[in-house]
Amino acid sequence: MTLSLAALGPALPELLLALSALALLMLGAFAGPKSTDTVNGLALAALFGALVLVLIGPAEATLFNGAFQVDAFGRFMKVLALIGAGGTLAMSVDWLKIEKQDRFEYPVLVLLSTLGMMVLISAGDLIALYMGLEMMSLALYVIAANNRDSVRSTEAGLKYFVLGALSSGMLLYGASLIYGFTGSVNFAQIAQAAREPSLGLIFGIVFTFAGLCFKVSAVPFHMWTPDVYEGAPAPVTAFFASAPKVAAMAVFVRFAMEALPNVAHQWQQIIVFVSIASMALGSFAAIGQRNFKRLMAYSSIGHMGFALVGLAAGTQQGVQGVLVYMAVYLVMTLGTFACILSMRRKDGMVESYDELAGLARTSPVKAFMLAVLMFSLAGIPPLAGFLAKYYVFLAAIEAGLYTLAVIGVLTSVVGAFYYLRIVKIMYFDEPAAAFEPMRSEPRVVLAISGTFTLLFFVYPAPLIAAAAAAARALF
Amino acid sequence: MAIGLPHYLTVAAILFTLGTLGIFLNRKNVIVILMSVELILLAVNINLVAFSVFLGNIVGQVFALFVLTVAAAEAAIGLAILVVFYRNRGSIAVEDINTMKG
Repeated sequence: MTLSLAALGPALPELLLALSALALLMLGAFAGPKSTDTVNGLALAALFGALVLVLIGPAEATLFNGAFQVDAFGRFMKVLALIGAGGTLAMSVDWLKIEKQDRFEYPVLVLLSTLGMMVLISAGDLIALYMGLEMMSLALYVIAANNRDSVRSTEAGLKYFVLGALSSGMLLYGASLIYGFTGSVNFAQIAQAAREPSLGLIFGIVFTFAGLCFKVSAVPFHMWTPDVYEGAPAPVTAFFASAPKVAAMAVFVRFAMEALPNVAHQWQQIIVFVSIASMALGSFAAIGQRNFKRLMAYSSIGHMGFALVGLAAGTQQGVQGVLVYMAVYLVMTLGTFACILSMRRKDGMVESYDELAGLARTSPVKAFMLAVLMFSLAGIPPLAGFLAKYYVFLAAIEAGLYTLAVIGVLTSVVGAFYYLRIVKIMYFDEPAAAFEPMRSEPRVVLAISGTFTLLFFVYPAPLIAAAAAAARALF
Repeated sequence: MAIGLPHYLTVAAILFTLGTLGIFLNRKNVIVILMSVELILLAVNINLVAFSVFLGNIVGQVFALFVLTVAAAEAAIGLAILVVFYRNRGSIAVEDINTMKG
């Protein structure tokens, strides 16, 4: 098979990101620190261009002998990842400038890790999966240590690197076993060969799933999440909580559904356990936290547990639930981090959510939006977070996983405690000193996210239909 | 005694276990952790190449080449982060990586 340039068409969004990352790196390196604003703007433009190309690109295509596949599922997840990356990058520009951490390398690294996510989402074999995962992670390790003069930021980068390297090692060992015991790295051919589970194959599945659980920060591979979220600069944490989670969850679902559908009863128990453990830890461990970023780390662990409920169901409906959940999670996370990024007084950033005291009186609109997001994260009807949980639990019930669904509902009740405490602090405590006014980018992100969360139940059909079409592509 | 696939797999499994234990049991130095990560990737490469030869399928060796490349990039980034951390903290002992606790 000869590969002409035109045949690369389906990979155009990835090519755009790769070329712009290289070009912007050159621009930054030659033009020096004064080019940071230009590089930021062009990186945002590249992300937007990639988003447009994903939307207008072909619906179905396979490239590089099946290593790279474009389908409705990939398109849905890529749109989410690009929105997450673009939204957080737009919010971070001003923040980094005020904190004097603005360097042209940051947008370039965001572009590179977004490129890794796109490859990851489109992966059709184990090699592409590994390369995409490493491309994403290597860039993430570096931006965790973005504030290179701070002990906490560099420590976050070091912890993330050590545990991330261990997890990709485990994933890779699992991949080598799967290759050895099925004779192929291609997902479709693995599915063909993996009808009879052998011991080696089961070991391979367990190791690969351990690596993927690390990337979505599911218990028992969550240890890095709170420390990295707390130590990394706030815009970086916002990025970590949004786009990479979406991409890792996408490849988790795709790998389980495309490569291992015939041995589903083997991995279903693993997912059920991981999901229950994540939901429980996300709910209970967050209760004692005062740092908002650390709280969001436990919150994201819990939410990954809820999303995995849909994967545990292993049905088309379950996958649809995961997709809806990730979309709603992304929007809620972006909105919450828009608030965290604007918790700034004259003497600098604050990170404890006790500082939000009396926000309802000092800035009522912001307090209302954050309250909506907190109610939605807790899963209170009729907000978006409730509908997202509804779809995954419905899929679990229809797949017969009653225990899982009941435990999920119970842990979400426990989790509601700490979300509602933030609302209580904002509305009923004595006002603390007011924050500096919000910058325009976080303001726009918060407005969009709050409105979406509040009004999603009025007209949920487009998102649900898109998720259904995306889920159908895997079956 | 002929050396067969199980022997290679055993060596790889031992290397992988050593690497994993090296990360968890090591209480001294982050450099040792980096070496342990390399050990894990080496175990994977032995696995891949052994499977590739015994399956008569070249893909495993291609995969091993990709792993080698990524391992180099990973080591470079790990050492770079370690240097930055050392500048701030003045130490690379594992027990000194403790600013944040949960």
